[in-house]
Amino acid sequence: MSQQFTPLTRPQMAGQVAEAIPSGWYVNLGIGIPTLVADQVPAGREVIFHSENGILGMGPAPAAGAIDPWLINAGKQHITLRTGGSFFHHADSFAMIRGGHLDLCVLGAFEVAENGDIANWATSVQDTAPAVGGAMDLAVGAKRLWVVMEHQTKDGRPRIVKRCSYPLTAMAAVSRIYTNLAVIDVTPEGLRVAGMIDGLDFAELQNRTEAELIRA
Amino acid sequence: MIDKRVRSVAEALSGIHDGATVLVGGFGAVGQANILIEGLIEHGARDLTVVANNAGYGRVGLARLLEVGRVRKLICSFPRIVGSTIFETLYKAGRIELELVPQGTLAERMRAASAGIPAFFTATGAGTQLAEGKETREIDGRTYVLEQALPGDVAIVEAWRADRWGNLTYRSSGRNFNPVMAAAGKLTVVQTQHMVELGEIDPETVVTPGIFVDRVLHVPYGDPTG
Repeated sequence: MSQQFTPLTRPQMAGQVAEAIPSGWYVNLGIGIPTLVADQVPAGREVIFHSENGILGMGPAPAAGAIDPWLINAGKQHITLRTGGSFFHHADSFAMIRGGHLDLCVLGAFEVAENGDIANWATSVQDTAPAVGGAMDLAVGAKRLWVVMEHQTKDGRPRIVKRCSYPLTAMAAVSRIYTNLAVIDVTPEGLRVAGMIDGLDFAELQNRTEAELIRA
Repeated sequence: MIDKRVRSVAEALSGIHDGATVLVGGFGAVGQANILIEGLIEHGARDLTVVANNAGYGRVGLARLLEVGRVRKLICSFPRIVGSTIFETLYKAGRIELELVPQGTLAERMRAASAGIPAFFTATGAGTQLAEGKETREIDGRTYVLEQALPGDVAIVEAWRADRWGNLTYRSSGRNFNPVMAAAGKLTVVQTQHMVELGEIDPETVVTPGIFVDRVLHVPYGDPTG
């Protein structure tokens, strides 16, 4: 059974997420593929991006030669501030996160379990010092948590699993998963497939997924 | 006359004892008071517990303090960053302790300390390795973790503008942990880019009121490095 389909690229995955964010939402983007989402929000749609280090209204990367060395995002990259943006200290920033004020957080992950558990901060084999940053706060605090990640690891193991094998970031926190093959909603009944890429059928998607999927 | 201005790094850091818990402001290299942090080397305090979001950059500031072996323990959310090789080396060699804390819990533990709150419940970390051994409680069907306040013997912060009462403003994303730490330190020492006359900072724009500040040193450091 050889099927003809082309998995989405990372910018295409980010584009799908961007397309789904309505005007007016306050959104925090994690590092990796989520960072690419900001560039793909349709022109004219006002979405306000939050950065853990005390910024609302984060704009795109500055043009070469126009870098403000005082203005970085949570990934320590130089950024710009949109008109209407604001600065605040870390406790206020995490009150926004932990107090349920963000409409959406988009994170990358190693694994997502069928109940919405997410593992994205540590692998079990670690030779470097562990680091968690704001991932655990974001995962439990935002009104919605979407994960964007490759459907499988580089060596073909599924990332959408019955139970996470890596250390958890948060329990039952994910509401939607965007992969290079499908969009999957985490529902009380289980993982419901909301969309698949062209040329991929349900059986093949299930074949690449450890957890049981529900046909839309 | 109240005058919190000091004229030297030595004066700014006097009285800091061995074994002190030192809150170090800054996020990445932005808003970190490198001159005061490096001043701790000359000052000589040992066995320090440092609370900082990251583990320092290159060979300046916090990275240098780690390198010369003055820090026994780091309480931190994200020590693993390109350029934080000194910490990485010490950690692998077992020469420094690490207490890893979610970033929001780190900020809130200090905010709680500043507000006289000894501990608080948070959903962050529930069911994860970072909550192991901690008291939990179910409230309205959700699991919360009890986290302890984290006061500092000393807070070392960088401001953009300061006056002799210790009123402070910050610049851009250089604000980050600085106001939280300023309020959570028993002794709060400020490195400021600009020293201004009393009254020059509009009361509406004061971010850290002087009550939280003990000493202010004028250091026109310039843009963040690292």
